[in-house]
Amino acid sequence: MMKHSRRRFLRGLGVAVALAALPVRLMARATDAFRATKLEDANKALFGQLPLVESDAVNLKIPAIAENGAVVPVTVSTELEGVQAIYIMIDENPNPLSATFELGASSPADVSTRVKMGKSSMVRGLVKTRDQVFYAAQEVKVTIGGCGG
Amino acid sequence: MAADIKLRGKIKDGVAEIKSLMPHPMETGTRREESGDVVPAHYIEEVVCQHNGENVLRAEWGPSISKNPYFAFSVRNVSPGDIISVRWTDNLGESGSGELVLK
Amino acid sequence: MRTPCKRSLLLVAVLLPLFALASPEEDLAAFRAFYESRFPDIELADHADGAYALDEAKRAQWLEMEDFPPYEFAVDEGEALFEMPFADGESYASCFQNEGQGIKHLYPLFDEVAGEVVTLELALNRCREAHGEAPLDYEGEEIAALMAYMAYTSRGQTYDIKVPEAGLGAYEAGKQFFYERRGQLNFACSSCHLQSGGGMLRAEILSASVGHATHWPTYRFKWERVGTLHDRFIECNEQVGAQGLAPQSASYRNLEYFLTYMNNGMVLNGPASRK
Repeated sequence: MMKHSRRRFLRGLGVAVALAALPVRLMARATDAFRATKLEDANKALFGQLPLVESDAVNLKIPAIAENGAVVPVTVSTELEGVQAIYIMIDENPNPLSATFELGASSPADVSTRVKMGKSSMVRGLVKTRDQVFYAAQEVKVTIGGCGG
Repeated sequence: MAADIKLRGKIKDGVAEIKSLMPHPMETGTRREESGDVVPAHYIEEVVCQHNGENVLRAEWGPSISKNPYFAFSVRNVSPGDIISVRWTDNLGESGSGELVLK
Repeated sequence: MRTPCKRSLLLVAVLLPLFALASPEEDLAAFRAFYESRFPDIELADHADGAYALDEAKRAQWLEMEDFPPYEFAVDEGEALFEMPFADGESYASCFQNEGQGIKHLYPLFDEVAGEVVTLELALNRCREAHGEAPLDYEGEEIAALMAYMAYTSRGQTYDIKVPEAGLGAYEAGKQFFYERRGQLNFACSSCHLQSGGGMLRAEILSASVGHATHWPTYRFKWERVGTLHDRFIECNEQVGAQGLAPQSASYRNLEYFLTYMNNGMVLNGPASRK
């Protein structure tokens, strides 16, 4: 009797573990990465030793000159298959990691938001597949307005 | 009183394109008031999007997302009548959510 | 900035009527003619978009913001405020034509009985006072939200501001203010927005004054909130090192009167977002 219920319990546990491993719960909170003040540290916290490969397959849409550093519209998208997550990084911000987007199987790799930039900076859009990281980067200028803004 | 979130969406070739606008100060925790006091950090940390109750996307944000955040994303395999919901949670434990019935 | 001969001649053509005290209609014709020749490739109506009519890259960013604009929350807040009854049971709707819906383009107007220019902000506070409510702070969030709602219901209306005989003094005072130099930098509104319209001020493009009053209240990204036209007058005056006047002071109301008259024929497109 005990053997049966234990097997059932273990099977139940297995199912529970499998459910928990569904795509949208892959990653633990990226707290360390958000806290990082250097780009390399944020990358290490997110991707470990994985090389970051610059690629035309990643589309980063962001203006070359921001109208206002408080609201810079940005879109990161890609047609690459098997994308698990998208990331936005702003090199010169106090904390370079701006946002992460964990995608389920039915979510196309295409997200848009608006970001704050403290000053002119390189902005990066990164996408992660199971074992690769690709990115696109663009320099964005943030200006002081006329008459002191 | 005010909506926790504004949602708009349309189905295009079987894919829902969803746009959202969330009323939130997104304070970085480094800004000072005129008095000199630092305004404490208060920003959305997590956004979870669901399609008919199933998680489809989970975002983690830092305070460098703009005030009153705008967020657009897509969902495949949708039909009219499906429900898209978005819930945000901030670093102080507050949250807001909204639902959209796709047409 | 180098000023070509033609530009100087045109400026004289615009400014000469000033000294000859032309009629408002003549001023408007000269104003329009100036901007048409300064911006030959731009329709007058498009100047309602300000600097966004003058630069493709800026326009593209602005259109992205306008797709789901940050002032939407202010419009909702304004609607709720507008519909809230006063302590005496009445509401704002009772003070305005058409229950206050779609009427923003009628303001500012010259009140012949009171002998002064009445802006919509002033009218809203007079409505409150008539019903025993304390007036709203002209630089506060509530007045901006109410204005955002009223602009929203008035989108698409065409400006046709009238200057009756009795209002000529106020109109002329507003015009005078527009062309008068002030502050440490000794600039007039016309220095940047007429003489240097379309030019650069550091990284900014100077917008034309024709269409300056159509898109208020405005969500300035810089302010991170909705603000009124008088908020902007104060900011502009302070930016040239002049004293900002009180919002809804007579000088600013007269300036708004002149500027809005110069918008006649243009379409109301507030609330709007700007950098």
